[in-house]
Amino acid sequence: MASAPSKLYADDVSLVVVLLDTNPFFWSSSSLSFSQFLSHVLAFLNAILTLNQLNQVVVIATGYNSCDYVFDSSSDLNRSFENGRMPVMCSSLLQKLEEFLIKDEQLSKEEPEGKIKSSLFSGSLSMALCYIQRVFRSGALHPHPRILCLQGSPDGPEQYVAIMNAIFSAQRSSVPIDSCYLGSQNSAFLQQASYITAGVHHKPQNLDGLFQYLMTIFATDLHSRSFIHLPKPVGVDFRASSVFGQAQSEAASASDKKRKTPET
Amino acid sequence: MNNGAGRRINGGAEEDDDEDDVNGDLDAWERTYTDERSWESLQEDELGMLRPIDNQALYHSQYRRRLGSLSSTAARIQKGLIRYLYIVIDLSRAASEMDFRPSRIAVIAKHVETFIREFFYQNPLSQVGIVTIKDGVAHCLTDIGGSPESHINALMKKLECSGDSSLQNALDLVDGYLNQIPSYGHREVLILYSALSTCDPGDIMDTIQKCRKSKIRCSVIGLAAEMFICKHLCQETGGTYSVALDESHFKELILEHAPPPPAIAEFAVANLIKMGFPQRAAEGSISICSCHKEAKVGAGYTCPRCKARACELPTECCVCGLTLVSSPHLARSYHHLFPIAPFDEVTSSHLNNPNCKLQRNCFGCQQSLLDPGNKPGPAVVCPKCKRYFCLDCDIYIHESLHNCPGCDSLRHS
Repeated sequence: MASAPSKLYADDVSLVVVLLDTNPFFWSSSSLSFSQFLSHVLAFLNAILTLNQLNQVVVIATGYNSCDYVFDSSSDLNRSFENGRMPVMCSSLLQKLEEFLIKDEQLSKEEPEGKIKSSLFSGSLSMALCYIQRVFRSGALHPHPRILCLQGSPDGPEQYVAIMNAIFSAQRSSVPIDSCYLGSQNSAFLQQASYITAGVHHKPQNLDGLFQYLMTIFATDLHSRSFIHLPKPVGVDFRASSVFGQAQSEAASASDKKRKTPET
Repeated sequence: MNNGAGRRINGGAEEDDDEDDVNGDLDAWERTYTDERSWESLQEDELGMLRPIDNQALYHSQYRRRLGSLSSTAARIQKGLIRYLYIVIDLSRAASEMDFRPSRIAVIAKHVETFIREFFYQNPLSQVGIVTIKDGVAHCLTDIGGSPESHINALMKKLECSGDSSLQNALDLVDGYLNQIPSYGHREVLILYSALSTCDPGDIMDTIQKCRKSKIRCSVIGLAAEMFICKHLCQETGGTYSVALDESHFKELILEHAPPPPAIAEFAVANLIKMGFPQRAAEGSISICSCHKEAKVGAGYTCPRCKARACELPTECCVCGLTLVSSPHLARSYHHLFPIAPFDEVTSSHLNNPNCKLQRNCFGCQQSLLDPGNKPGPAVVCPKCKRYFCLDCDIYIHESLHNCPGCDSLRHS
């Protein structure tokens, strides 16, 4: 039987689950290169771990063909407090990320041209929520979890139902979903996610300064957000994706068959 | 997770002494207290927190919960998503009985509040009304509406019990109200019945047939004992009848009515329903709000048809009657239309098979699936993506998340 927890979880201890978009179709056409992006993100993750000794970081890679965990700061392998130095997390994260990318590429199949090349955001969001539920189950004392989505890929309309389910589940468990959109268009899914779960959404104008955006907006723990001025939602795009058009053939016998005529 | 043990502890201690004095023999239900002694299977850890020794019991209780959720996601059947539900609460003398602590009506009121919140969470487009039966007469406590707070506040004020109960009067009243609602709505009644009799002015069988013709689905949850008339009513109208054994069982039964029920086949016609999706008004704009009839600043919704201002969604526009919703409200019901398949249990023969490479961690939460002795522990597998999940993730995925992380993490061509 493990000894009673001697740590005291203060209000500002956070668990940040970072969903990292690794979609090669997006990164090949982005102004910021993937390696530069990683350097910003790694510095940001180290900073979060420095803010409070009890902070935890989990990274899930959102690929084009699959999603997987690539880093967990609370796992034994990553804990090395020798000589009071910071835990060395870069090498293990990068190594696992590289293995993930290789595996992801091997799973590629021939896709027809013209399809929206979206990443599997709903999968990594669901995995993040399962991990957070595990943290809730671990006892009365736990860090306050939140999810940070670093997405650049466009929204995939086929994921609308799954993403909305995940958003409502996060809302129910009071887990804010912050989102930082790195692409060129706007992402309605990310805006809705942050609006409904009371998270923060931001689209940085200058990607070269991504680290500064991440530190000033997304590093704040949940308790301190009541004192700090963070970007407010303006004009959230609530248009429902045309899910019924796609899913009608599958679910023709299952739906209530109520349809809506949106009047906007 | 000791729900079973907890239930017995509540009533056991006090009632044992009484029954021993009154009649020498122990009834069957009392013998379970003396024979099983479930409280002895508890253990304290060094913090003084309770934990059960028996992990098997824990596993079984999880498994039972899983089976419960299995039955609800069994088949893809048409469901009524726009529901108009009347809750009929029996405030007769029998509701002040104290076999449920502190009294039946207190337990009913507490769980009706939980139910109303859960109902509006799962069915944001639906509406609820409350009817009470007191002194043999049925009164409408709140009109059918979509705001949970107004129903709960009204209910908490009027909890005095007296007189007889009358099932027919309640059904007549509800029938009158439900006949006024639009045809695309699903009409339901949930009766929380504490009495063992009903004092009716006429022939209740006629009323039951009238309800059946009006396509009203009546369900009853009894708190006393099973009654033929309730059973007959539910059978005729296609509802469910259940009798609560104790408080936690009552809570389970009432929350079973929160997810949408299957629609009655010949009555569920596909319709086009007009709904409006209002824009949020700009901050700082001043307009007269149509629900409070006073000027308000900013933060409201403008009806797309008549431009009247409403304070909250979902609602019906006071001026033109258009149903106003936002797309997340509709999206909240989508998981009923696209349910995920229940996960299969990993059989022990499969676990012991050395040829099978077992996944060591749950795919969802990365928790180890191995027992402390490095043997494979209980796990479930998704029939579509073949990923392994732990039991807790299984419950979370089917009850709250409604997405399989494994299926969503694979690209389907």
